[in-house]
Amino acid sequence: MEKFGYAESSKFDTYASRMMPRDEFFTSGHRSCQGCGEALAVRWACKAIGKDAIIAHATGCMEIVSSGMPQTAWMHPWIHVAFENTSAVASGIEAALKVLKRKGKLKGPLPKVVAMGGDGGTSDIGLQSLSGALERGHNFTYICWDNEAYMNTGIQRSSATPFGAMTTTTPPGKRSFGQRTWKKDMVAIAVAHGIPYVATASPGYLFDLYFKVKKAVETPGPAYINILSVCPTGWRSATDLSVRLARLATETAVFPLFEVVDGKYRLTVEPPKIRPIRDYLKPQGRFRHLRDPEVEFIQKTVRAKYELLLEKCQAPFPEFSPVHVPEGI
Amino acid sequence: MIAHKKRVGMEVSIAVSHAVQLARAEAIAAYPITPQTHIVEHLSSLVANGDLEAEFIPVESEHSALSACIGCSAAGARTYTATSSQGLALMNEILFITSAMRLPIVMTVANRALSGPLSIWNDHSDIMAARDIGWIQIFTENGQEAFDHSVMAFKIAEDHRVVMPTIVNLDGFILTHVVEAHELMDQETVDRFLPELKPYHKLDIHQPVTMGAFAMPELFTECKMAHQEALTNSYGPILEIWQEWGELTGRHYKPVETYRTEGAKIIIMMMGSLAEVAEAAVDAMRDQGIPVGLVKIRLWRPFPFADLRAALAGAELVVVCDRALSLGGAAGPVLAEVRSAMYPLAVKPQILGYTVGLGGRDVQPEAFEELVRHAQAEVKQGPSQEFYIYGVRG
Amino acid sequence: MSKAWDQVTWQEIEIGGVLTEPGSARAYNTGDWRSSRPVWDKTRCIKCGVCWTVCPEAGISEDADGYFDINTYCKGCGICVKECVTGCIKMVVEES
Ligand SMILES: Cc1ncc(C[n+]2csc(CCOP(=O)(O)OP(=O)(O)O)c2C)c(N)n1
Ligand code: SF4
Ligand code: SF4
Ligand code: SF4
Ligand SMILES: [Mg+2]
Repeated sequence: MEKFGYAESSKFDTYASRMMPRDEFFTSGHRSCQGCGEALAVRWACKAIGKDAIIAHATGCMEIVSSGMPQTAWMHPWIHVAFENTSAVASGIEAALKVLKRKGKLKGPLPKVVAMGGDGGTSDIGLQSLSGALERGHNFTYICWDNEAYMNTGIQRSSATPFGAMTTTTPPGKRSFGQRTWKKDMVAIAVAHGIPYVATASPGYLFDLYFKVKKAVETPGPAYINILSVCPTGWRSATDLSVRLARLATETAVFPLFEVVDGKYRLTVEPPKIRPIRDYLKPQGRFRHLRDPEVEFIQKTVRAKYELLLEKCQAPFPEFSPVHVPEGI
Repeated sequence: MIAHKKRVGMEVSIAVSHAVQLARAEAIAAYPITPQTHIVEHLSSLVANGDLEAEFIPVESEHSALSACIGCSAAGARTYTATSSQGLALMNEILFITSAMRLPIVMTVANRALSGPLSIWNDHSDIMAARDIGWIQIFTENGQEAFDHSVMAFKIAEDHRVVMPTIVNLDGFILTHVVEAHELMDQETVDRFLPELKPYHKLDIHQPVTMGAFAMPELFTECKMAHQEALTNSYGPILEIWQEWGELTGRHYKPVETYRTEGAKIIIMMMGSLAEVAEAAVDAMRDQGIPVGLVKIRLWRPFPFADLRAALAGAELVVVCDRALSLGGAAGPVLAEVRSAMYPLAVKPQILGYTVGLGGRDVQPEAFEELVRHAQAEVKQGPSQEFYIYGVRG
Repeated sequence: MSKAWDQVTWQEIEIGGVLTEPGSARAYNTGDWRSSRPVWDKTRCIKCGVCWTVCPEAGISEDADGYFDINTYCKGCGICVKECVTGCIKMVVEES
């Protein structure tokens, strides 16, 4: 039996599902693809955010699947403006709430302000607006749905696309093995702004995700969460593997789960053994073309980066051992 | 009753920021660009000193400035920004979304040429590139007008029969950086004139709404039609609000304004501060017995077709001065608009267009006499060009 | 909007295209997309709720006895089947 890891709360094991809030704020009837890990992440992030919040969302898959006139899948007050400006929109909302509160036009506690966008809307076209909002210190949480490409427009590469991945603008060919660059380190960029809370999360560890989002929205000042969001359509993976793949990303150290509180790193999920990278790559069609040299390069780089992270977290080194993955997991 | 008046000499930019202060703007997001800077600098100091209860968001770009304004306005705050030229161009994408979302943001545009080549000086190429953004767009001629319209714009934008973002244009440097005498208003009078903002919709946890939903082809046209109708129909409330202001201040404004057009066979047309220069030219020509008058468009959007036709009735020759080019096209934007407004009429004047004063090029009163003579000659022989660029060497 | 949405006139569009009914997407039945469905063997279910947790659609509901089953929104992705802790859910092809 695998555990949903949340290191601090051992009571939240699989049986704790029943203790989680039942209210849905990202409702059924949204039109994501079957098995969309991004939609699952949104569902749980919204539960964690709670009802007293205003959400600004960037253009992208989650906006498109949820807000086609005349229907909306959002229970929160929600606004979409454009692709690259969500952090600025959130800045405006946050500032307005503050002045309205001062003027006595807003009763009760200030609503939380949450901005959301895909990896493209975050690490590429929206990076400036995000950086501005983080630097200005607005009290808001930014959540990046990181499915590692521009999925909404048909799986084009982004700066968050992993090395070697096939996308429609990084096709493998005689002179190409897919994406040539390593995934941009958005977490490090967020941390460099000196903000009080930064974390990674994934739908493979939903309780970990839930508590991080909760913590983020409760932290005064800016918070940033990067959520690995498995996308069966873009990753060319089976629809039933979306949670499993997210877990494999952490078990292979491709996507470690950690948080950075006031600059202090802490691993929140500590796999005792690190599985070989092939376990993660194999079920995904986007990596199918990779040959041994590329896979070995990925393995080496992942390990080196993980070791650096462990040092920052002052966490013990796990065993890096190959684990046999049964066919088809 | 005409309210208590004080005439105060101040830079027009300061007068505009004072108007925004009197309007009790609650949220301001702006990014500096010449010649808008004095406005937002002054507003930041008003906020910093507690003289204006507002949030000033010093954003990292104009794209973010307008985006943040959308957030402010959607959350229910009275929202203001100002920009110019490259800044307006950088906002372009968001300009259209602001009006489609019907957020009553007020923006001052300190009109300046668009690059390239880079020029910080005045013309109207910035706002003309944003002609079709679906906002209410007003042009002003002097500091007093800029002040008056900056207050009135909030009332217009927020009126529940309107609910539309509004731009007040004033010429960069020529207005923004000059000191003029202004009749200011006292806070009490402005408060009576401009009640607190009652947002039509807002982001409210007690009554959640979804803003910015997308439309499939089955609904997109209906959304656009609703916007078009709302913008066109804002005409009535705009006039009403101007009328109310006129009664309060004695300063009356009309969508299309005329100067010495009685019996005029020749009409010179323009928008913005150049009209003050043209008035001097009209006086001089009238002295010479030339039957010339001046027509100024104040309300650029919604375009006042009927007022324009009425103002041009009886004219035989209309000389339209544009402060922008429609490169590769038939005309400057004002010329194109005037021609299409007059085209359906059975009896219509000759309409010739001149682009003048690009990128800060000085235009003296004599220029207008020259334009009139040139236009008369062209009409006699049949126009040799679609339009003319005045004063270009070579 | 009670009217079929492709019959809505421009006069009926809310100012700014604002949607005033939160969660109205629930009117859209994503269950129609399904080609196979998860089926529970309740004798082996421990009522832990993990299946409910991992569904991207909120497509699983709990019944009065504490067992779980799909509701009308299940798109048939199979995640619940993969993640069920006792392996008591199976995908079966939907009969049309
Ligand atoms: C200014 C602008 N450029 C391009 C687009 C087209 N566009 C819409 S969504 C999108 C990609 C979204 O990718 P991402 O942010 O990763 O979100 P995802 O769809 O993958 O969840 C693009 C390129 C746009 N809407 N606006
Ligand atoms: S393309 Fe990917 S992220 Fe987008 S809805 Fe489909 S599965 Fe989800
Ligand atoms: S098959 Fe997928 S959509 Fe259906 S109930 Fe299971 S997880 Fe939800
Ligand atoms: S995960 Fe499996 S055992 Fe747990 S409640 Fe669902 S069906 Fe029952
Ligand atoms: Mg993406």
